[in-house]
Amino acid sequence: MNTFEPEKYPDSRGHFGPYGGRYVAETLMPALLELEKAYHDIANDPGFQYEFHDLLHHYVGRSTPLFHAKRLSNHLGGAAVYLKREDLAHTGAHKINNTLGQALLARWMGKKKVIAETGAGQHGVATATVAALFGMECRVFMGTEDIERQAPNVRRMRLLGAEVVPVASGTGTLKDAMNEAMRYWVGAVHDTFYVIGSVAGPHPYPIMVRDFQTVIGKETREQILEEIGNLPNMLIACVGGGSNAMGLFFPFINDPVEIVGVEAAGKGIETGKHAATLGAGSVGVLHGSKSYVLQDEHGQIQEAHSISAGLDYPGVGPEHSLLKDLKRVRYESIEDKQALDAFQTLCSLEGIIPALESSHAIAQAMIEAREKPKDEIIVVNLSGRGDKDLDIITQNLKFEI
Amino acid sequence: MNRIAETFESLKQKREKALVGFVTAGDPNISDSLSLITAMCEAGVDILELGVPFSDPTADGPVIQRSSGRAIAKGVNLPAVLEMTAKIRAKTEKPIILFSYYNPIHAYGNEAFYRDAEAAGADGVLVVDLPPEESDEMTDCWSGDALSLIRLIAPTTPLERMKKIAESASGFLYLVSKTGVTGSDGLDTSDIARHTQTLRSVSQLPICVGFGISTAEDVAAVASAAEGVVIGSAFERLIEENLDNPALVSIIAEQVRKYKEATKIS
Repeated sequence: MNTFEPEKYPDSRGHFGPYGGRYVAETLMPALLELEKAYHDIANDPGFQYEFHDLLHHYVGRSTPLFHAKRLSNHLGGAAVYLKREDLAHTGAHKINNTLGQALLARWMGKKKVIAETGAGQHGVATATVAALFGMECRVFMGTEDIERQAPNVRRMRLLGAEVVPVASGTGTLKDAMNEAMRYWVGAVHDTFYVIGSVAGPHPYPIMVRDFQTVIGKETREQILEEIGNLPNMLIACVGGGSNAMGLFFPFINDPVEIVGVEAAGKGIETGKHAATLGAGSVGVLHGSKSYVLQDEHGQIQEAHSISAGLDYPGVGPEHSLLKDLKRVRYESIEDKQALDAFQTLCSLEGIIPALESSHAIAQAMIEAREKPKDEIIVVNLSGRGDKDLDIITQNLKFEI
Repeated sequence: MNRIAETFESLKQKREKALVGFVTAGDPNISDSLSLITAMCEAGVDILELGVPFSDPTADGPVIQRSSGRAIAKGVNLPAVLEMTAKIRAKTEKPIILFSYYNPIHAYGNEAFYRDAEAAGADGVLVVDLPPEESDEMTDCWSGDALSLIRLIAPTTPLERMKKIAESASGFLYLVSKTGVTGSDGLDTSDIARHTQTLRSVSQLPICVGFGISTAEDVAAVASAAEGVVIGSAFERLIEENLDNPALVSIIAEQVRKYKEATKIS
């Protein structure tokens, strides 16, 4: 295992080694510098931290359980699989940890309007939720393709009072939604806070989102130590932009724990129709930071493909790129059909309907657990619940619900 | 003196301001784009801004997004833009600024980009998503100073930051007229005058103002406050509206003449 010294990263300009930074138009630079300063202030402010953690407990319902999936473990016949139940957090995914933190920060900065991009709609719902909680105006940018395949979340956002702005440019997916959110922000930066949903985007978003999400890993660490008395042997989480993964991984980064990030291989890496940015991409600049991206030889960003809207993104958070290069995290990828199989397995063996995103992590755990002895422990981040995916599931599994 | 400085000097003698014309290179295709650009230079564009098509132009409004999309659909990428630059340079001595997002340049390689852009006859480069905090990685790879690095100043840029940006800028300063993407409406010329005045207190470089300038009246108003006026989306809108019109080139040339007339100090 190679070591990663988290205190060395990022540098003062938001660089994780060669990755990260702030590659944005000048109009946004002063806002990012202001945001960085405000984030530094709240990170050290006991009042802010108290309110954040109080709401995580009483509003989000944390801590979320760490559940020993015994029937799944027995079925696999190897390592014990534990699920970190982020699907049980309010709104049904880990996204709320971050949106709550950012909305509190927006309020601290005196901004009354928030915008967000969303792919699967979970981040959009989580942003709309905290906007309602704090009485803020909320606009969510969402690709037209994703609006189609994640319709339940669109209805939820509208019920919560958010305006959902359809984005038809490009492929109508997460990348295009983020482009449009950035364009809107350029024009509204004086009174609008941009709630980015992943550990991507320009500095300070990658560290800010990671820090708000580390509650996942901190709880997991306490829970497993209390229940077993040992650290787990392995952590597994899916990686689109990579926020649920960073949230779980970061508190274990200096521990002797094997860490696996799982990207979406879509229809197969060899078909070119995938979202395995770290597995098959190259270094470039997208959405304000340098990281691995899917691009052609001329630096044109390429379409990603995944059955899961939340992983359907041709970029990835810059800290993941560094962790890949340092070999501290092993990145694998899972195809659509493997994720669907894992989805069904978890439904039938544990009575849990996982999000398609999280199903990629489950699928990887099914591979890893079989090869490990029974006394080893694998913790999988079950980052969200799958109710939103039922339409896609019925289409793909050819059965009626 | 380089072409950019010479241009501003000679315009000053003639009591004119610079008309800076932006088009996406290769829109609607390479040969029509070359004809358009040639006609624009002949009709009175003083400085040419050649847009490098990019798949994810986050600082651009829908008009330039679509023009970028049309060019990419024709296979126009940075290598083709550099070839076009050389062809344009063979016909005109007007300054050529390459206007790009960073990723195409990063993919081409910073060192190779400098070498080939200089060889093609480009005079400057403006990288819209490369603020001073990040631009050393590009310019450190440059083997000379033949390319001016055109810097953006935004309405949101505070005075201290303006100073810092101006120190590392060359050629001219590009003042963004308002907070927003290219081609958005709501131009406020009194605001622009205030910003150019502030900018003049920290820099001697000529100031060109762009984003959302579309009518000859806009041009005249902005020209009274700055050394140059940048028109981009308005040209691209005309191109888009006349894609199948055989008179496209003459329509654009006519528009250039109107704008140029508005840059003359009465």
